[in-house]
Amino acid sequence: MPDPRRPQFSAEQLAEVRRLQGLYPDKRGALLPVLHLAQDTFGYISLEIEEYVGTLFDLSAAHVHEVVTFYTMFFQKPRGRHIVAVCHNLSCHLLGAKGIIEHLKERLGVEPGETTADGKVTFLTVECLCACEQAPMMQVDDRYEGLLTADKVDGILRGLA
Amino acid sequence: MAEKILSKNFDVRDAHTLRVYRETGGYRGWDKARGMEPAAITEEVKKSNLRGLGGAGFPTGVKWSFIPKGSTAPKYLVVNADEGEPGTFKDRYILERDPHALIEGMLIAARAIDSRLGFVYIRGEYVQPWRVFSAAVKEAYDAGLLGKEVPGGGFEVVIHRGAGAYICGEETGLISSLEGKKGWPKLKPPFPAIKGAFGQPTTVNNVETLACLPHILTRGGEWFAGLGTKSEGGTRLYSVSGHVARPGVVEAPVSVTLRALIYEHCGGIPGGRTLKAVVPGGSSAAILTPDEIDIPMDVDGPKSKGSMIGSAGVIVMDDTVSIPDALMVVARFYAHESCGQCTPCRESTGWIYKMVHRIVDGHGKKDDLDTILDVAKRGGGTTICAFYDGAIGPYISYIEKFRSEFEALCRS
Repeated sequence: MPDPRRPQFSAEQLAEVRRLQGLYPDKRGALLPVLHLAQDTFGYISLEIEEYVGTLFDLSAAHVHEVVTFYTMFFQKPRGRHIVAVCHNLSCHLLGAKGIIEHLKERLGVEPGETTADGKVTFLTVECLCACEQAPMMQVDDRYEGLLTADKVDGILRGLA
Repeated sequence: MAEKILSKNFDVRDAHTLRVYRETGGYRGWDKARGMEPAAITEEVKKSNLRGLGGAGFPTGVKWSFIPKGSTAPKYLVVNADEGEPGTFKDRYILERDPHALIEGMLIAARAIDSRLGFVYIRGEYVQPWRVFSAAVKEAYDAGLLGKEVPGGGFEVVIHRGAGAYICGEETGLISSLEGKKGWPKLKPPFPAIKGAFGQPTTVNNVETLACLPHILTRGGEWFAGLGTKSEGGTRLYSVSGHVARPGVVEAPVSVTLRALIYEHCGGIPGGRTLKAVVPGGSSAAILTPDEIDIPMDVDGPKSKGSMIGSAGVIVMDDTVSIPDALMVVARFYAHESCGQCTPCRESTGWIYKMVHRIVDGHGKKDDLDTILDVAKRGGGTTICAFYDGAIGPYISYIEKFRSEFEALCRS
């Protein structure tokens, strides 16, 4: 993975940045999409990336920092290869999210907000992911996994490379 | 069983594809609308008594009519697909299972407000819905439904992914986010219809609201109005979760009672338990007790009990639930999601969460309950957006309706 401390998009990615910027009446509209692209490329959003992305938008690093820190999906430090994010909002709570979170703490050996020592999993608790019909549920990378039980969670963890 | 309208394609194989969507009658509403004057479309929608289904319940046709007419300025249609109200998941079903219904609804709305460019703001966590919807948009471009050069004006769609922030479901917060800023709501006026996204006239509509339009155009506003009650037309997608035997999205006419949703459509409370409380419209709606559920689930029904229909996310709690514990979870959510712009909201949501947490931990004092109620009530109406007013709903109703349960946890 390219170095987040010395960020540089490829020529192809820079073309994508320009395409995204062209979709909006003001190119700054593309800031969130480009930050997603940066995070997918570099793994997380470092201060250097904030500064770099700012130059692509004629925005100050402070503006980009303000945006990055506002949203929960942008990571400001290295994260695990996988994200396991358990919903702890009301419907999931009513149907046992607490037990799922305790189970994951034990299995992963880390607290919510932390990454396992082998760098495999970043474990999070999150607010409503709007899949309450499958409560208790969690997001594993791009996927929603619902109707969780301890056994089902174990199976999902085993499937993570 | 009433006729399924909005959910008729949810269980149809490959209904997310253009071919199957057309086979089920798709794009007929747009075929009709494209031959109509914009004002006539708006009139038809006013006749339908369609109310915004994202939470605020504002009449859709009236909202459109605020867009200045005759202006040459670009006008934008923005779709609020930033579904995030706890207990709500119906827009995800539309995006994943019937995406062309949204595209068709956008085409109709865009013609009504004379917009050539639309933005669909999808919450960042919705990766699969984003993928399915993006594929549907591509199909619509390839089929000549979307695009700059389409005869009769043309309409383009930009899909914009959010990055995790509940407040971006608030329409001006969403606009800030779309503009590349943190999602801080904006003072109104100016309203988005006058000065919205990128400073131009903008209508923000919810996914489900737009998905109603093809049916309204095909079968007429009067037909749609006739499905509902005096205060609201049509059917709605109710998201039902918590302690019910069959949680899920239920489509029903808005005259359906909360009791019928729980006991008939969703199979009642499982495990031989009884109903203790229910939230009728997403977590920002005041909680209701079992003697308050014989109400129609339109915009007026929950209001008659001091609550709101909101996003129609119904969260059911059985008699095993500790209400203080439930409030702690809800209060944590509002403390976490307050955007921090307005002092009453930023400070009160954090403080109230701490107080409820302390009570649940057994360290609360009985005075704390009055302090919470006082803080909650003072902040109402003092902030830029409706977020804090939404938070107050649960704070006050959980405590006032279940006070003895809180007191039992407090030191005297």
